[in-house]
Amino acid sequence: MTKSDDPAPDAHEGGAAELTRRDLGKTAMAVTGAVALGAFPVGAEADAIPEILRADDPIPLDLRVNGARLVIEAEPHVSLLDALRERAGLTGTKKGCAQGACGACTVQVDGKPVLSCLTLAALVEGAEITTVEGLADGEDLHPLQRAFIEQDAFQCGFCTPGQLMTGAACLAEGAATSPGAIREYMSGTLCRCGAYPNIVAAVDTAGREG
Amino acid sequence: MRPFELARPDSLAGAMAAVQAPGAMYVAGGTTIVDLVRAGAERPSRLVDINRIPGLVGVARTEGGFRIGALARMADVAADETVAAAMPAVVQSLRLAASTQIRNMASIGGNLLQRTRCPYFRKPDHGCNKRTPGSGCAAAEGDDKAAAIFGASGACRAVYPGDLAIALIAFDAELEIASAEGEMRLMPLADLHRLPGEAPHLDTTLAAGDLITALRIPASASARRSVYCKVRDRASYEFALVSVAAGLDVDGSGLIRDARLAAGGVGTVPWRLTEAEQALIGTEHGTQAWARAADLAVRDAVPGRQNAYKVDLLKRTLVAVLRNL
Repeated sequence: MTKSDDPAPDAHEGGAAELTRRDLGKTAMAVTGAVALGAFPVGAEADAIPEILRADDPIPLDLRVNGARLVIEAEPHVSLLDALRERAGLTGTKKGCAQGACGACTVQVDGKPVLSCLTLAALVEGAEITTVEGLADGEDLHPLQRAFIEQDAFQCGFCTPGQLMTGAACLAEGAATSPGAIREYMSGTLCRCGAYPNIVAAVDTAGREG
Repeated sequence: MRPFELARPDSLAGAMAAVQAPGAMYVAGGTTIVDLVRAGAERPSRLVDINRIPGLVGVARTEGGFRIGALARMADVAADETVAAAMPAVVQSLRLAASTQIRNMASIGGNLLQRTRCPYFRKPDHGCNKRTPGSGCAAAEGDDKAAAIFGASGACRAVYPGDLAIALIAFDAELEIASAEGEMRLMPLADLHRLPGEAPHLDTTLAAGDLITALRIPASASARRSVYCKVRDRASYEFALVSVAAGLDVDGSGLIRDARLAAGGVGTVPWRLTEAEQALIGTEHGTQAWARAADLAVRDAVPGRQNAYKVDLLKRTLVAVLRNL
């Protein structure tokens, strides 16, 4: 940095107290070990300014839920959980904490269990979403659903959809190798009734009986 | 949740164009930002979805180690057996972090940028200089059980909460960063996080628009013989009270050629234990060296009212880790 291309700020105008984040970044680059790696096109030469979706405007979202196309309207800040429950009428997925702590809202996105309360619906267009409504094959329950009934793996039942979607993924990934492994895999899916021994037994037996 | 605009660019250039708006922020997995917007701790005007930008995923072996795309998910790297063999501490730090669901969602780049779990940061009715500059620090008079014993200032004592960054700074990881001006640079991870000082609202040295695009981790003998140990209140799905990343290179006669040590749950930023590392190098791998390293590790600790337990816990965790390494 030289005086000719970047004159020092006038101390009477605020000086260092008015450092912006960008200034801080430049300072950091100057005093740390950052190394230039090259450049990529930005600005006018890039011609790549994306569409900006407005904060309060619903946009059509083209989702794939339980093997079927689902087109809904939602604003950019709407979570996948609220989109499913409030816009699509799929109320099997439950809202527990709405802060990513309890796992009640667990659904599968491309087969992997995720928290629908922390997923923005607009970010999962094109993905295959599976909710508890899509777990059974018509009238035939999923083996884990049958095991939950046989092992009495719930009391109030509120966390059960999340438990099922986490447990079904645990089985599908072959991760249900022992009760300890099941507990670790499912540690992000809480049960306030404390039905854990029965939940673990259900996943364990469903895994062994296939 | 407070509404925001959304842009979904399909190129780096598009992301840089979209992020120019004041108050714009990036979103990848959303596990931190969506939570913080809902809690009122972040107020972005616009989120820029980086998931459609090509080339930011994958784990690749390079000449010197590994290059991990910033959009690789925590679960992707946690399941990578080649990384697990070359640098066990890195993979263990991921396997012991968060939950299955969150590891499936959270990106590696975003994980490094997760914000503190200090209880007051998420409570807009309490003072928090990190959330609202100038509003004070409720932890100074209130709950400081989880607070930092290293790197705190009068303005903030909030702990850096992550696991991965602790393992990474021990092994000299670097970040590839794209700037809004269209420049790529390589920066040591150790230069990413800022001590709180008088401006705790600035967690990092990143400039507006900067985007982490990849992570580089050099392979080494000490990374190959490494471990990440996490001590917490629950056996799973909990942040660290104290964690230690350690790696040793020991020669045939039992002399330590290289030592790498870093600690989590104790610093306002990922905390490398440089003095303890230096004390180990050239000494015999044994009880005496471990005790001296533990003493040096906590020499600069400044505990608050409720977190002095972290001083002893760090020493004991460090000795236990070294004994088994």
